[in-house]
Amino acid sequence: MNISVMIGALPDLLGGVALTTELVALALLVGFVIALSTALARLSGVAVLRWLATAYVFTFRGTPLLVQIFLIYYGLSQFAFVRDSVAWVVLKQPFWCTLMALALNTGAYTAEVFRGGILSVPHNQIEAARAIGMSPVTAFRRIIWPLAIRQALPAYGNEMILMVKASSLASTVTLMDITGVAQTLAADTYMPIEIFTAAALVYLCLTYAMTQAIHFFERRLDVTRRRS
Amino acid sequence: MFDLYGFGHLLFEGTLVTIELSLAALVCGLVLGLAGAAMKLSGLWPLRLLAGIYTAVIRGVPELVVILFIYYGGVILLNKFAHSLGYVGYINVNAFTAGVTALSLTFGAYATEVFRGAIAAVPANQIEAARAIGMRPRTIFRRILLPQVWRFALPGLGNIFLIIIKETALVSVIGLDELMRKADLAVGYTKKPFTFFLFAACIYLSMTAVAMLFQRGLERRANRGVAGRPMA
Repeated sequence: MNISVMIGALPDLLGGVALTTELVALALLVGFVIALSTALARLSGVAVLRWLATAYVFTFRGTPLLVQIFLIYYGLSQFAFVRDSVAWVVLKQPFWCTLMALALNTGAYTAEVFRGGILSVPHNQIEAARAIGMSPVTAFRRIIWPLAIRQALPAYGNEMILMVKASSLASTVTLMDITGVAQTLAADTYMPIEIFTAAALVYLCLTYAMTQAIHFFERRLDVTRRRS
Repeated sequence: MFDLYGFGHLLFEGTLVTIELSLAALVCGLVLGLAGAAMKLSGLWPLRLLAGIYTAVIRGVPELVVILFIYYGGVILLNKFAHSLGYVGYINVNAFTAGVTALSLTFGAYATEVFRGAIAAVPANQIEAARAIGMRPRTIFRRILLPQVWRFALPGLGNIFLIIIKETALVSVIGLDELMRKADLAVGYTKKPFTFFLFAACIYLSMTAVAMLFQRGLERRANRGVAGRPMA
């Protein structure tokens, strides 16, 4: 093991951290919106919405993320109408395609997490909210969602960490995230052990920081501890 | 439904490799998981520490990086080790071996936690009762622990297996001719990426669906005779 090679690789790898964090943060943001709407659609009374949401969750949880990225990045270019449309400006760039795939992927997994959280809210709480005259929207915002997110946070936190790991697939469509940089460095230096170990350490730091942040939020949302 | 331009046979071969890869990782991963759980629950702190490092590293590092490390770095490490033992030749590691190793390590790390939870879920008084009537530790493990651990662990193990089936696609990055790479080859010839990647997606979807049905059957069998558990 050549430590100086590992240290020498760090500046380049940290350059990759910027792209990785950007991808993860944006994917989580978009994924959150997708997940919340999908969870609500799956719980709604409208059969078409329920069916659509179920189909979306099933397909995106049942296929590899790599296939999803390739389908969006390489696959869509098969159609002339996509290439001729305005959307092509976005769809021809690997960054936006990867982001789209990551967001749709995490959206499907998170939708199930949120659905579980919402279902765990005791029914009498919702009835009480409606009884004192809260509209369904107010009841959701003030009663259901705060209880649901508290229940769902540990699983949602796991999903966030999985997203950091999943973002490494960006390297397969030529993006220079941490893994992409590491692959280039390993090919240049012929020192794969040192380079990939350094990359693994960078990822470990990222996931560790994320775990700590999630624990912080879990403690903040835990009302039983807040008053002490 | 799909016009495969004569590449159907190629994709079928790739599907077989993907299935082999998942099953090999499942078997090796289960062994690693049991060993990991045993180490985590053992009284010796070096074993506990080792298992702790193993699960923490695998769960914090992307599978793609693990695969790349084992494929490119594993060869070097293995040869260094072999040379230190006096071996003069060169050992080659093919993509399949590297893929199985990486996926087994992943499966094992997640399975360690599942098994540990399942072992902890067996009531302690049952173990005490078994010991009180004079069972040896090995008999307790085989007759009391294992049947119940199996039942508690099945849902978790099934979930990991579904993840592993999907992660076999990553092994295409190191050039193993599994489903994803075969689809990629077909795309190279036909310039029809959407058709072939969608077809691959459908195959993965059916594989996970079959695995889920199989898991449900196993769970029903493991839960036979247990009162108050839904058999759905």
